Amino acid sequence: MSVTATAAWKNTRQEPGWLVRLFDSKPFLVFICMLPAVGLLTVFLTYPLGLGIWLAFTDTMIGRGGSWVGLENFEYLAEDPVFWSSVFYSVFYTAVATIGKFALGLWLALLLNQHLPFKSLLRAIVLLPWITPTVLSAIAFWWIYDPQFSIVSYIVVDVLGLRDTYFDFLGSAWPARWSLIAANIWRGIPFVAICLLAGLQTISPSLYEAALLDGATPWQRFTQITVPLLMPILAIVMTFSIIFTFTDFQLVYAITRGGPVNSTHLMATLAFQRGIPGGQLAEGAAIAVSMIPFLVFATLFTYFGMARRKWQQGEGND
Amino acid sequence: MTEALAPEARTVKNTITADGPEARASLAPELMTWDSKARRVVTLYVPLACFVLILLFPFYWMAVTSFKPNAELYDYKTYNPFWISSPTLDHIYKLLFETAYPRWLWTTMLVAIASTFLSLFASVLAAYAIQRLRFRGSQYVGLAIYLAYLVPPSILFIPLATMVFQLGLFDTPFALILTYPTFLVPFCTWLLIGYFKSIPYELEECALIDGATRLQILTQITLPLAVPGLISAGIFSFTLSWNEFIYALAFIQSSESKTVPVAILTELVSGDVYQWGALMAGSLLGSLPVAIFYSFFVDYYVSSLTGAVKE
Repeated sequence: MSVTATAAWKNTRQEPGWLVRLFDSKPFLVFICMLPAVGLLTVFLTYPLGLGIWLAFTDTMIGRGGSWVGLENFEYLAEDPVFWSSVFYSVFYTAVATIGKFALGLWLALLLNQHLPFKSLLRAIVLLPWITPTVLSAIAFWWIYDPQFSIVSYIVVDVLGLRDTYFDFLGSAWPARWSLIAANIWRGIPFVAICLLAGLQTISPSLYEAALLDGATPWQRFTQITVPLLMPILAIVMTFSIIFTFTDFQLVYAITRGGPVNSTHLMATLAFQRGIPGGQLAEGAAIAVSMIPFLVFATLFTYFGMARRKWQQGEGND
Repeated sequence: MTEALAPEARTVKNTITADGPEARASLAPELMTWDSKARRVVTLYVPLACFVLILLFPFYWMAVTSFKPNAELYDYKTYNPFWISSPTLDHIYKLLFETAYPRWLWTTMLVAIASTFLSLFASVLAAYAIQRLRFRGSQYVGLAIYLAYLVPPSILFIPLATMVFQLGLFDTPFALILTYPTFLVPFCTWLLIGYFKSIPYELEECALIDGATRLQILTQITLPLAVPGLISAGIFSFTLSWNEFIYALAFIQSSESKTVPVAILTELVSGDVYQWGALMAGSLLGSLPVAIFYSFFVDYYVSSLTGAVKE
């Protein structure tokens, strides 16, 4: 009896064909599973990254393969005032916009973290600027910044009577720069606010109650409970925000295209301008490659400057 | 820890001098203001209203502009600019029937859906392998994929443009469908790794004991349980690819195969006179699909956004 039983059991066990058995072997399965993602990323991310660095050291143009020219592109760029102005504006734009986004975003997150009616609706509304296509909201800003029909000018001049002349938002260098920064902050606030709100919700209310009983002022509660406990998430959100603000392209391209007189070029828009319509692929690649050191520095700075707190508090990495 | 000690020391001092008038005076306003309505209005509702007003104003302005007749659009003296006296569908009509707008919408939709499915397919498998098959070095692969997300498209578009040209994909939707996963796959994989982590491992062990193959486990146990994660990743990919701009600008040249964001900026802006009504109508219509899509899945969206950051 027992012999036949084992035989029957063996029979059912042998049913899976070679294909199923192949799919059951772990190394093969790992290989198959990783293949699409790794393949896509290698071909369309790692390889272009290397190709971009190589292009920066050649004299490639559209329609013509290039040969190695060493540092010539970078030497040329080092003497190009437009390049240096784009470097300056990229850094300035990132710094001011990041400070603005985080100050206002943190404020908004603190407001949303309180007990409110229609909380989820408010949260959904707040996120709207972030999900709509940047270019399309940038076009709305372009219209808001119109020299003749700007609604902001209308409010300030005709309704409030604070000024006599309309603002010339995009006509000269500095106003254009500030206008772009304002649009960037507008677009960045929701992301920062919603992420920080998630961080705030993880802070236990009992800490605030304890601090309140101890007689801590609201400011002390903010600086000594909220900020330290928010630091790990703040570091990550800030790393993201800095990287994507520094390499921003859409807003500037849509609103000013780098004008007036190249004063609002970011490094990304300048790289596009020189590389694609200008045809100087190698020069564009060189500008794009010059962004990498800034990005690495910014990432390391925010990560080690702020995330260090997490390790000090002795929390495990989750 | 030193920060935590300081208030404690103060408590001790407070309890000692609690009966002094000074302590009572400092506590009293705090208690009174704790529930004060007026203070709540000033510190909470007024700033919140300002935020919402400023965050929504461009959308309101976009909507108002796209339904205004041209006469009203450029005359703030006789018409109130904040309201529409005689709404018109002229701009939208012009957009839908006199430009290739429906075609652009269609292309954008196609590209967004195709690249979303491609990236979801790749990331589900990758996330499953990294999180569940736990091969040697899987953490490093996970970290590498995360770092890939930090590589911005602004650095990649020039070399990608040369590649796309050499592969003969220039000016075809495939150029976009194949390049969008470069920023979608890292994000989705990261999101799904977090999601798979939350599914109990025991369920898979049970299935393994019952004689299920690994493929069966993936398709019949893990994936059905990971549906909310898949939805989040899907919406995210869809909106990200809908909003993508720089690749679409660099890789597509012919007017009819452009995506909405690029087409509005390059095709509708012609000459020195901007058709603001049509531009705003185009922006409004281009934002609507994502906004509608988003409104159905707000909670998934928020949780995936915050979940991915918290990881």
